[in-house]
Amino acid sequence: MARVVILGGGVSGHTAATFLAKWLGKKHEVVVVTPNAQWNWIPSNIWVGVGGMSKQEVVFDLAPVYAKGGVVYRQAKALSIHPEGSKEEDKQFVTIEYTGQDKTGESEKITYDYLINATGPKLNFGATEGLGPDVGHTVSVCSAEHASHASDKLDELIAQMKSGEEKRILIGTGHGMCTCQGAAFEYTFNVDHKLREEGVRDKATITYISNEYELGDFGVAGMHIKLGGYVTSGKVFAESLYTERDVNWIKRAHVNKVEKGKVHYELLDGSQNEELFDFSMLIPPFGGVGLKAYDKAGEDITSKIFNPGGFMFVDADYSKGGAPYEDWDADDWPSYCQNQTYKNMYAVGIAFAPPHLISKPMKSPNGTPINPTPPRTGMPSAMMGKAVAQSLKDIILNNATEPTHSAKMSEIGAACVASAGKGIFSGSAVAMTMYPIIPNFKKYKYGRDLDGTFGEIGLAGHWVKHFLHFAFLWKAKLKPFWTLIPE
Amino acid sequence: MEIKPYEQNSYTPVPSAFTKFRRNCVPWQFIRFIAINIKMTVLILKSHH
Repeated sequence: MARVVILGGGVSGHTAATFLAKWLGKKHEVVVVTPNAQWNWIPSNIWVGVGGMSKQEVVFDLAPVYAKGGVVYRQAKALSIHPEGSKEEDKQFVTIEYTGQDKTGESEKITYDYLINATGPKLNFGATEGLGPDVGHTVSVCSAEHASHASDKLDELIAQMKSGEEKRILIGTGHGMCTCQGAAFEYTFNVDHKLREEGVRDKATITYISNEYELGDFGVAGMHIKLGGYVTSGKVFAESLYTERDVNWIKRAHVNKVEKGKVHYELLDGSQNEELFDFSMLIPPFGGVGLKAYDKAGEDITSKIFNPGGFMFVDADYSKGGAPYEDWDADDWPSYCQNQTYKNMYAVGIAFAPPHLISKPMKSPNGTPINPTPPRTGMPSAMMGKAVAQSLKDIILNNATEPTHSAKMSEIGAACVASAGKGIFSGSAVAMTMYPIIPNFKKYKYGRDLDGTFGEIGLAGHWVKHFLHFAFLWKAKLKPFWTLIPE
Repeated sequence: MEIKPYEQNSYTPVPSAFTKFRRNCVPWQFIRFIAINIKMTVLILKSHH
């Protein structure tokens, strides 16, 4: 019997776990370790954040789903990996600390034959003083709880606007090294849509603040699309929407401090600036979850397994990390998400260490990095989870000696539907695809295949996003024919 | 929305009334819904290795 332990039950971990449990059957064991009792379809948090959906509509309990799918569930957080075992334990294992299942605080060792690290991000609100909903002055939509809280705060603001007060709204990225600009983009236009529905849009000034060099960068170095008889930059496409919706923008910004009602930020030109707000949603930077690693003798080998950000090394070309942007290559990106020191370990989604950024690195004259970090969420994250599951199936059941399925970000595409307002007939969304995710300038003039890269705004995009909400929750709940729904 | 020369929003394209109409025209958007789904399906098929 082989045991596969999966750390993390988000999009990538849940995908890997559910497919592996189905393919491996009862002769083998799939264990998921996740601190959460519920699964969250994160893309719909945007709608929770403006009161368009309730928190209950975007989450479900994991325990009954894993029981149905034959997955062993441990509601716990992973603390350390011991890829060589220890003096007392010959087999490789992880240590965990329970966060539920009536064992909160208890520790346990779980041995494994194969390990998938799918731990997702640590929401690093601490990187910017005053950032975040817990101890700071901004709201967030990164979790269902945060989004629900954001919605309550927005409702309070709308009530004040209805009594005649004018308000300043600031939405964007809360640090120069953030990723996930798409979430901030979506929230901006959903707030705009909500204010129009409530009849108070004229009482609000909305400003978007971003670490992107230009709007539409999204951490993937922007994209070109065919539009109106031209091949044009996504910058034009994005700026058009901001102008149409009367949203101001501040770009190339590193937010370095948030006070009550005031954001301090540095621009790429080195200038220090301030922006006042009455309501602000700023995305935090992401970090690894802080897993430690130890060898058989108990020596700390964390730096051998993880990069300084806490992301696990895999089969990428890390030698290019310090090379100039012009020397980067699409082939630098990992194919199999497999750790090269301990080949029975894999890392998928946010958890793997990228070889370098996708957007061009930028620094202010003060030495402050201001550039988006690589997005590895959503569709590519699920595709990595499934590819690793397929490889492990072949290794465990068919005696393959190497991984058999790849999900190289320079060879896969991504579809993104960014909501710009909810409503079956009044909604709107930007539907985008890009192929490949990592630009390949050797193969494509504009870095990507223009036949596989497009963007359009309209009601149809909203229908697609709403359909995906139900489809992916259906799939994640393992309801009939769930395997037919693609990643 | 007011567009003033030399401000950031004066350099961007804005959709015409016809473009805005098409974005919310249900029959046209139904066609676009099918088209977007086809584009995404092709993308998914190209991406599995």
